[in-house]
Amino acid sequence: MVNGVRVAIATTFDKLSSRSSIKKLVYVGAIVFLVAFILLPPMLGISFKLDLAQQVLSNPDLLKRAESAIFWSFTIALSVAAFDLIAGLPLAWYIARGRSRWISVIDGLADIPFVIPTVALGYSMLLFWGSTGPVSVLGFSILPGLILVLLLHFAFSFPVVVRVMVGELLTHSVIYETAAKTLGAHPFTIARTVTLPLLRPGLIAAFLLAFARSLSETGATVIVAGVFENGPVFIKNANDAGLQGPMVLVSFTLILSSVAVFAFIRLLGNRLKIPINRVYPGPEARLSSKGSVDLRNGLTFLIFGFFVLIPSIYITFPAMTALTDGTLQKALSGVGVWASFWQAMALSYSIGIIATLINIAAGLPVAILIARKKIGKIGTTLLDAACTVPIVVPSVALGVSLGFFWHSIGFLPEFWILVFAHMTITYTYFVQAMAAAIEGIPTEMEETARTLGSRPLHVFRKIIIPLTKYSFLSGAILTFTRSINETGAATAVSQNLKTAPVLLVSWVKHQVPVTTSDIALGIAFLVLTSFVSLLVLRLIIYRRKT
Amino acid sequence: MPTLRLLNVTKRFGEIKALDDLTFEVKNREYLCVLGSTGSGKTTLLRCIAGIVKPDEGDVYMDDEKSNLIPAEERNAVYVPQTYALFPHMNVLENVMFGPLAKETKRSTAEETAMRVLKLVRLDKRADAFPSELSGGMQQRVALARGLASGAKLLLLDEPLGALDVRLRLELRSELRKLAKESGLTVIHVTHDQEEAMTIGDRILVLREGQLQQHGTPYHVYNRPEKIFVANFVGNTNFLEAIVDHRNKEGGVVRLRDELKVKVLDSSFEPEEAVIVAVREEKTKVTPEPRVDQPNRLSGEVVEVHFLGSFIRYTVRLTNGDRLAARLPVHEEEMGIKQGDWVSVNFDPSDSHLYEYPPLGLQRELEAS
Repeated sequence: MVNGVRVAIATTFDKLSSRSSIKKLVYVGAIVFLVAFILLPPMLGISFKLDLAQQVLSNPDLLKRAESAIFWSFTIALSVAAFDLIAGLPLAWYIARGRSRWISVIDGLADIPFVIPTVALGYSMLLFWGSTGPVSVLGFSILPGLILVLLLHFAFSFPVVVRVMVGELLTHSVIYETAAKTLGAHPFTIARTVTLPLLRPGLIAAFLLAFARSLSETGATVIVAGVFENGPVFIKNANDAGLQGPMVLVSFTLILSSVAVFAFIRLLGNRLKIPINRVYPGPEARLSSKGSVDLRNGLTFLIFGFFVLIPSIYITFPAMTALTDGTLQKALSGVGVWASFWQAMALSYSIGIIATLINIAAGLPVAILIARKKIGKIGTTLLDAACTVPIVVPSVALGVSLGFFWHSIGFLPEFWILVFAHMTITYTYFVQAMAAAIEGIPTEMEETARTLGSRPLHVFRKIIIPLTKYSFLSGAILTFTRSINETGAATAVSQNLKTAPVLLVSWVKHQVPVTTSDIALGIAFLVLTSFVSLLVLRLIIYRRKT
Repeated sequence: MPTLRLLNVTKRFGEIKALDDLTFEVKNREYLCVLGSTGSGKTTLLRCIAGIVKPDEGDVYMDDEKSNLIPAEERNAVYVPQTYALFPHMNVLENVMFGPLAKETKRSTAEETAMRVLKLVRLDKRADAFPSELSGGMQQRVALARGLASGAKLLLLDEPLGALDVRLRLELRSELRKLAKESGLTVIHVTHDQEEAMTIGDRILVLREGQLQQHGTPYHVYNRPEKIFVANFVGNTNFLEAIVDHRNKEGGVVRLRDELKVKVLDSSFEPEEAVIVAVREEKTKVTPEPRVDQPNRLSGEVVEVHFLGSFIRYTVRLTNGDRLAARLPVHEEEMGIKQGDWVSVNFDPSDSHLYEYPPLGLQRELEAS
């Protein structure tokens, strides 16, 4: 009976989907959602309050601080992205092209900093490089400030570059490299003149992702910044101090300039030529020798291990202590600060689930529009670019603007304002994952199904979804974890409610009386979420391969 | 179903006209082969008929009903792309049942139909296999079975044998036609292989740059090509640039370069008109003979000899520089003609065709596009 009803409903909707007016309605609805909920609020929110920026312009000290913060945001992001490429490319190469049996282990290790929430990473780094950390044994330590911020940003954006470059290297056939080898070129010459030019789009994408991640990160940066300020830290400090003017000015500048720099690098990147005309047989033969390769790999592993992996997982040690010193019991019983922690976790999860579900529903039609280029070449490019905006713009700046916008609608409860903010921040991930997956399905498959009598929604249910289910799930998981770990936007938007990462930042900053064990355990719980997500993702990918 | 009729159908993609004012009819249960090179609009034609793309101008009629506005899923015209588009996540049976189920047939009935057509294509024992476990030939048969099971009476096959190796392709040609005829289907089969089109089609339609070049039986298209393009595309043909010298009761005489004279049957052109003379390579004969030029008996030097299995192809450069090729059955190789030998080339006037000199020259006309 229930099954019969389900079939009847499905058939009715299938039939409706044959009507071009209904199809149009779905697509137009999704685009209206994109414009009304994702694009317009951040644009309008900040423009409502633009006159507040005057406060800063008339205060030279504040203006200088704001200028310096923006300058450092871009300087850090650009230099970190460049360092990431230099250090990450050899590791990606080793993973993609190497023959060692340790590759799968290294591949897995390279992902670890990626799945640790940045707040946890920040705290881990603070402890690792700090005066009581393991490096202090070597007679030095790094106090919160610019250097630690640089190290932190290098660590969390490094896996992004490695992941993207491994993917790029694997998609390019080795046939070109083999051909070059049989023509007598040394491996280093081949890498420089054949492989790298082919990888150019990937290199630009990796650089931009690392750049965007560095520009956007707030939670961890606040933890390790000390008195140093980049854009997001400045906004957070201004927010804490209740200074709306500086927030508006820096957010507005960051939003505009990040979009501009992004577009600029995209355009410039396409013109970038990797010099391939000259070959230096002698030096390149030496660079291709076993000794050189071993030295390069050794250095790569050293950098990865010492600057990325170990500082990232150092948090495990205090977290272990927390398991034995009674903190775990305190946490599980939910007394004291832990009551608010579990509330924050529940809030984070609820927001994560709702934001993910809404983004799936609203993102699917947009993903189809992009993948199938249904609105022409220019329309598709514009739509694609519009969907990318949320990850290009620093999330804290986006949060400031979103806060202004949604709070201006008086009756909206804060919970929903947080949901909307998380929705905006995470919108890109699901759409991009699905668009790429749908693009991979030959159009002929859909067309043939249609000529066999299948209506558009039936084709979608029976062909597209089953064939893209892995991307669907990984897109959804990515959206969910990104929402759970989001700090910047949540900080900027929230007034009374605190999500888990925001609460943890306040713990680390000792705005609440907590012990190191409390902080470590709280962070461990957050990390656990990410690890479970990673595990699910890995299982999905594993099942797909078998 | 269906008499299919296209009336002045035009489809543009930007500046390019993929289909240009096409008008033709396909009769019920006819097997039509659409022949054309890459980019000639063959696939677009199938997609227009299937309802996947809409013509910019003109109409598609199915059984006298204008079907421009009928969505693809309601046309009963199954499109089978070159890659077959078998659904990789479904096994053979599920693939074949897809059509009936999409049309709300009861599951048990759908399964019955699917098994029946799978038996027809001799794949009932592989019903549980997934497409990736099947050979190219089997995949092709599943694609056909899927089309048959959906109840469609019009099959639109896009290079259905293109992805198979030569031997299998030859085998499946007759099987495909037999299956279509036995099932009472109307088929439009797109190919760039002229031999395939000749073997399978009841009729052939030749397309070039979206325009219909000729539509007729294989015999007619081969023996009476109406355009230079068709003569070149279907079969192997020699083309000579000439001027009509004079006409008489038996036909006419044309002048090649250097005043070489050739007799032709066609007398429809005026004297001094520029024409193209076309002769099939297999209708061209060579005999070892010292250099002497007479009408239809032209002297030339053999410049290339190619062994083609059952044939030998001789390329001869005439005294005026024009080139002709002749295909002779291998047993005549005993003549012992070698590269560098002088031969006389001749053909029967009735085997020649005359065409109006193309406005953009012969070379442009011969470019297949």
